Amino acid sequence: MLDKNGIAKRIAKEVQDGFYVNLGIGIPTLVANYVRDDIEVEFQSENGVLGMGPFPFEGEEDADIINAGKQTITTLPGASFFDSSTSFSMIRGQHVDLTILGAMEVSEGGDIANWKIPGKMVKGMGGAMDLVASAENIIVAMMHTNKRGASKLLKKCSLPLTGVSCVKKIVTNLAVLEVTDNGFKLLERAPGVSVDDIKSATEGTLIIEGDVPEMAL
Amino acid sequence: MINKKVAGVSEALQGVKNDMTFMFGGFGLSGIPENSIAHLVKLGVKGLTCISNNAGVDDFGLGLLLQEKQIKKMISSYVGENDEFERQMLSGELNVELIPQGTLAERCRAAQAGFPAIYTPAGFGTEVAEGKETREFDGKMYVLEHAFKADFAFVKAWKGDEAGNLIFKGTARNFNPNMCGAAKITVAEVEELLPVGELDPNQIHVPGIFVKRIFHGQHFEKRIEQRTVRQR
Repeated sequence: MLDKNGIAKRIAKEVQDGFYVNLGIGIPTLVANYVRDDIEVEFQSENGVLGMGPFPFEGEEDADIINAGKQTITTLPGASFFDSSTSFSMIRGQHVDLTILGAMEVSEGGDIANWKIPGKMVKGMGGAMDLVASAENIIVAMMHTNKRGASKLLKKCSLPLTGVSCVKKIVTNLAVLEVTDNGFKLLERAPGVSVDDIKSATEGTLIIEGDVPEMAL
Repeated sequence: MINKKVAGVSEALQGVKNDMTFMFGGFGLSGIPENSIAHLVKLGVKGLTCISNNAGVDDFGLGLLLQEKQIKKMISSYVGENDEFERQMLSGELNVELIPQGTLAERCRAAQAGFPAIYTPAGFGTEVAEGKETREFDGKMYVLEHAFKADFAFVKAWKGDEAGNLIFKGTARNFNPNMCGAAKITVAEVEELLPVGELDPNQIHVPGIFVKRIFHGQHFEKRIEQRTVRQR
């Protein structure tokens, strides 16, 4: 079974040379730590920066240079700043190659719910609805089950949706799955996790073809 | 040169009244019009509808207007990090409309650019699209979103000149350029106000035509919301 860093490490393998990537808050943010250093990748943050670098050294924080999580950041050579409209032109116009975000629920049809729990304080969707409605390549990073042990991979989402038929791939602490017309196709197992473990943690339709390999990290 | 310079914040905010709709630039606490917000608190105008990506924190940004119960309605994409906001929202004192961030930006830009509405894929199939017109283009579904109508837009820039031309710094740019000229009156506060001729026309982010009044902000706290650093 993987921890959050393991999930990030596995997703980092999906990042290819020349990609512009938008990372959501939470596990997705960790992906930047594991991208191979022999490829060129630029990270976009929807508040208006392309070419994000690591956190600044202490004493070098700048209130005017932050990411979408409102954290102080730095920029790398070749970076650019832009307004919000331009930022979402990059996203809606499909110029960003890969979007990685967290989720509370994903349905076997690729619907995603990650912004609202009825009865709880709603903080808002931020840029998530724009990202999922537009991106061609969306990977969800999440735990396979919630804190109560219930599956987050469902036939149908029970929470209010963020987007419909948009998720292509899911990487959890247990598995890598692809969303197909017929349901979740199991691609890889996490180290030490059996197909039966994944079956019992998945409520939605699970497609298992042949031997499912263990993921290489 | 058409001079947009006003003496200070009180002249810049002349004409603000109860029950108006205001736009505020900024993302989190970065690039917010601190001086205009402080003066709105002083003026005590109430019943405001505020269009802003976020709603500040308890003791800074739009949180200051919330503390004084001056805001009737917030239109935002993300409103975490504010206890008073949460209290007013749950008690029903405050009306909140949450919309996708890109839609917020584009509804501002549409108002600035003379478009009555735009089609966006964001929110299709979700509760955000409920009651709205939808349409298919090339096999994909879109939601019709209307341009905002606002009385004042309050923006903050790094440098400006007396002609109203603006230059922003870093990610403090965010929604500010999209809101310039998107309301009846655009008020820009700047850290540095220069005579005309001092800014290179090639470097201007927002031309002065979109700005009605410009003033030098007396105090910028520029608070950091999440201070994250790495070790040397």
